[in-house]
Amino acid sequence: MDLTIQNGEFVVLLGPSGCGKTTTLRMISGLESVTQGDIYLDGRKVTWLHPSDRDIAFVFQFFALYPHMTVRQNIAFPLQAEGQPKDMIESRVREVVEMLRLRHLLDARPGKLSGGDKQRVALARALVRRPAAFLMDEPLGALDADFRETMRAEVKRLHISQEATTVYVTHDQIEAMAMSDRIVVMSDAEVQQVGTPAEVYHDPANLFVARFIGSPGMNLVSGQYADGAIHLPGSNRYNVGNGWHTALPRDLGGSSEVIVGFRPEAAHINEDGAIAGEVYAIELLGAYTMLHVNLDNEENEIVHIRSDRQTRYPIGTAVRFDLDPEMVRLFNPQTEMAIRREVTP
Amino acid sequence: MSNVALQKVSKRFPGVTALKEVSFSIKDGEFFVLLGPTGAGKTTTLRVIAGLERHDEGRVLFDGEPVDNFTPAERDVAFVFQQYSLYPTMTVYDNLAFPLRSPLRRLPATEIQRRVTEAAQKLHISHLLERKTAHLSGGEMQRVSIGRAIVREPRIYLMDEPLSNLDAKLRESLRVELQHLQKTQHSTTLFVTHDQIEALTMADRIAVLDEGRIVQIGTPDDIYDRPSSVFVARLVGTPRINLFAAGRENGKVTIQDSDLHLPAASNSLPASFTLGVRPEDIVPDSEGTFSGRVGLTEPLGVETILHIQSGQQTFLSLVQGMTHLGMDDEVRFNIAVERLHYFDGNGKRIQ
Amino acid sequence: MASFEEIGPRSPVTESIRVDKVSPQARLFKNLRAITVLVLALVGLIPVFAMGVTALKSRADVVAVPPRIVFEPTLEGFVFLLTERSQLSGAALTTAQENAEDLGLFERIALANGQRINGPSDFVMRLRNSLIIAGGSTIASVTLGLFAAYAFSRFNIPGKDDLLFFILSTRMLPAVVVAVPLFLMYRQLGLHDTHLGMILLYTVFNLSLTVWLLKGFIDEIPREYEEAALVDGYTRLQAFFKIVLPQATTGIAATTVFSFIFAWNEYAFALMMTSNTARTAPPAIATMLGRGGIEWSAIAAGTLAFLIPVVIITFALRRHLLRGVTFGAIRQ
Repeated sequence: MDLTIQNGEFVVLLGPSGCGKTTTLRMISGLESVTQGDIYLDGRKVTWLHPSDRDIAFVFQFFALYPHMTVRQNIAFPLQAEGQPKDMIESRVREVVEMLRLRHLLDARPGKLSGGDKQRVALARALVRRPAAFLMDEPLGALDADFRETMRAEVKRLHISQEATTVYVTHDQIEAMAMSDRIVVMSDAEVQQVGTPAEVYHDPANLFVARFIGSPGMNLVSGQYADGAIHLPGSNRYNVGNGWHTALPRDLGGSSEVIVGFRPEAAHINEDGAIAGEVYAIELLGAYTMLHVNLDNEENEIVHIRSDRQTRYPIGTAVRFDLDPEMVRLFNPQTEMAIRREVTP
Repeated sequence: MSNVALQKVSKRFPGVTALKEVSFSIKDGEFFVLLGPTGAGKTTTLRVIAGLERHDEGRVLFDGEPVDNFTPAERDVAFVFQQYSLYPTMTVYDNLAFPLRSPLRRLPATEIQRRVTEAAQKLHISHLLERKTAHLSGGEMQRVSIGRAIVREPRIYLMDEPLSNLDAKLRESLRVELQHLQKTQHSTTLFVTHDQIEALTMADRIAVLDEGRIVQIGTPDDIYDRPSSVFVARLVGTPRINLFAAGRENGKVTIQDSDLHLPAASNSLPASFTLGVRPEDIVPDSEGTFSGRVGLTEPLGVETILHIQSGQQTFLSLVQGMTHLGMDDEVRFNIAVERLHYFDGNGKRIQ
Repeated sequence: MASFEEIGPRSPVTESIRVDKVSPQARLFKNLRAITVLVLALVGLIPVFAMGVTALKSRADVVAVPPRIVFEPTLEGFVFLLTERSQLSGAALTTAQENAEDLGLFERIALANGQRINGPSDFVMRLRNSLIIAGGSTIASVTLGLFAAYAFSRFNIPGKDDLLFFILSTRMLPAVVVAVPLFLMYRQLGLHDTHLGMILLYTVFNLSLTVWLLKGFIDEIPREYEEAALVDGYTRLQAFFKIVLPQATTGIAATTVFSFIFAWNEYAFALMMTSNTARTAPPAIATMLGRGGIEWSAIAAGTLAFLIPVVIITFALRRHLLRGVTFGAIRQ
């Protein structure tokens, strides 16, 4: 794996469990050894250095606060371990406590705190040293959903105010999209794509990224390309736009198998729509409705269409919809890679 | 399938009252969701209905008959646990068949096989029947758990946060499948969760639980559009609803620490109250009435969350797709005044 | 914020003074540590080796000073341990010596000392007693302990913590303190020097160990498994046998080994509560007196023989002892 993280950048390592993201983070921190290759921090090689010599701060998913110490002692601990003078430690602790609004909890023990408060203390403990980089391992994973939202914005604000280089690991792609400057999408120990949230969302490099980013992920429908159109399940035909006519045959070689990808918001319900299907399930999400449509009878090809909140169809209703041509992406099923469209001059 | 009712059920544990006069009823074939934060008493309610806990007061009724003195086995309910529900020493087939092999039921082997294969088909796990459960992925394990409940054909399904231990992606796909399954089978289901998305998307009706007390029962629309209290309003909706301390002066609504003025909806509003605005009701508009500065942007692809500073207050706004707005940009916006929520000093909704 | 600027990152470090698993040098140290531990373990096993060697020495070699490392091995010790002999002299001795080729191995060794074998010694019976008593009490204490541990783990018994502490406290009693009252009790009840008496005694003393160990293991088995079975129509007893027991096998194996070892090695009560019929091996081994005083080689041979059943059981169950308790929890 090759990765360069710029000073002050917020990079998220994103992927499902077991993809290697936590291992990568732990290698950067020194809690895990490297089999091959090197890690550099500000140009100096840290591959074999002890974690405490690397000048990084680590925030764990399950807080890892010292249970027998008060909040104040927890936060002061890293500086005490370094042997800093007492008045220095006190003023630093005070500043960090103000930043994270922990003043009322200074003398409490971690056992009595809520999840959100514990994570704030963990963040304070990380901030107090002003390290070269912050490493965070799914820090919001153990929190209730509503806490996660507020803490997400708080971590991001902290990052901006401290201008701190941060490497953040998560399996939640919403977190990744909301917080990062760049996302490293990983799967099965390999990097799938590195890009800004806009890049991985609108131009996924392969099927995995298309599926993984977005909730739900991109709709991926298998079809056959022939005569300028793609034949989709359920006797549907999709006429491809101009940019694809040269790119498709070239990319696919002799095969005609192609995968059409579109995000739920790229489909629009329309009585005269080009594609037909049947409603499989419907989710009312308050601000909008998510329609799950079956394209054929086998219940294999289900696409998700985002619609406004007024849309209510009983299960089994026949619907038709159109696709926004600018938002359609095509993929090669053999290589699983995205097919690049010809850019019209 | 049955309809199930709780009448003023209370349950006390040493040091804490877990349930305080909880009452609600589930119609036959309904997907009923119990929503609340951790520790609200959702799991306790489920266990009381199943018979795994004995309640101290109140009655539990199945089809109008009290079942308070029935053992779990006699109540004929199926329970799907959050985790640790599959027997690790058995194959998937044996796990699915286990409930049917209980001496209470005495089903012939052919019937057992029929039910198991049918359930496996519905949940797309037919190819896993001979595998040991230790070799399954998280999503497959939960499918088998649900399968174990389905083979029973019980009076009601009780599900205790079955999706919360799964990865976000798995949760999404299983959610859709569960809903489809429930709607086509018309199974009475009581589903417990702290995730409001699960509640909104799957429920026919939702009951919101706060520290052992039911605070609102209604359809997802009711809960979302007419939350009965600040607690409920905060619980549902992503991003969270904006809440401001507000006052009424001279027919105008003012927001604390901000220069915003909104027309007062009626003169019956108290002098001071809490104002709730959903993020999708705060719309950036170049001709907008109000102005502010962008403090933070959270691009989620399909939509973007904007943190707009106006005065000392932060307004969360939800816009479709990506936005050109960046940090520290000046922005003008509108607020949909007909969709405002008003709550009194006790946090209760003002009509 | 002046304080932040003053304490920036420390001067860059390129060489760690702390050694840990990360650097390749650390691996060398790890190997060295492993070898040191191995050597220490071998040193710790020296008494066992010495005992094995002693069992094979002749009477003379045993008491030789300085201790003989190279010697001629003989089964004298085993002969003395396992057989009843009588001294031969005069005419009987010469007759026996003339018919030497007809004799078995043991008889020939006895003859070398001028003795004739009459039959098996008491030791074999003592060994059998040990097996019966230790085996019986282990089965009883593990079974009772299992049910008690399950109850303590799953049910809300009033005064549970006090009861558990009380059970644990029986372990704190030194044998000497209860010996006299127990002796009188047993005499009164006619349980003195009986197998039943000893089994009862060991069971009671082992219960504290088994209840505590098994409760710990059962606590680790998530309740949801049984509750799912209860909801599905099984009684608690059926759920116990079908679900808890299969998952508690490691715990039961470990507990069995520990209680067996305790009962097997028990000396004080064995000495005080038995005289002949039910006497177990430990007191027997300690008091092997022979014509020339204490028969060291016999004692060593006896100890060796005594070790074997325990070693066999521990070896047979070793995988259970090493394997932790693992469950098919949902893998994330």
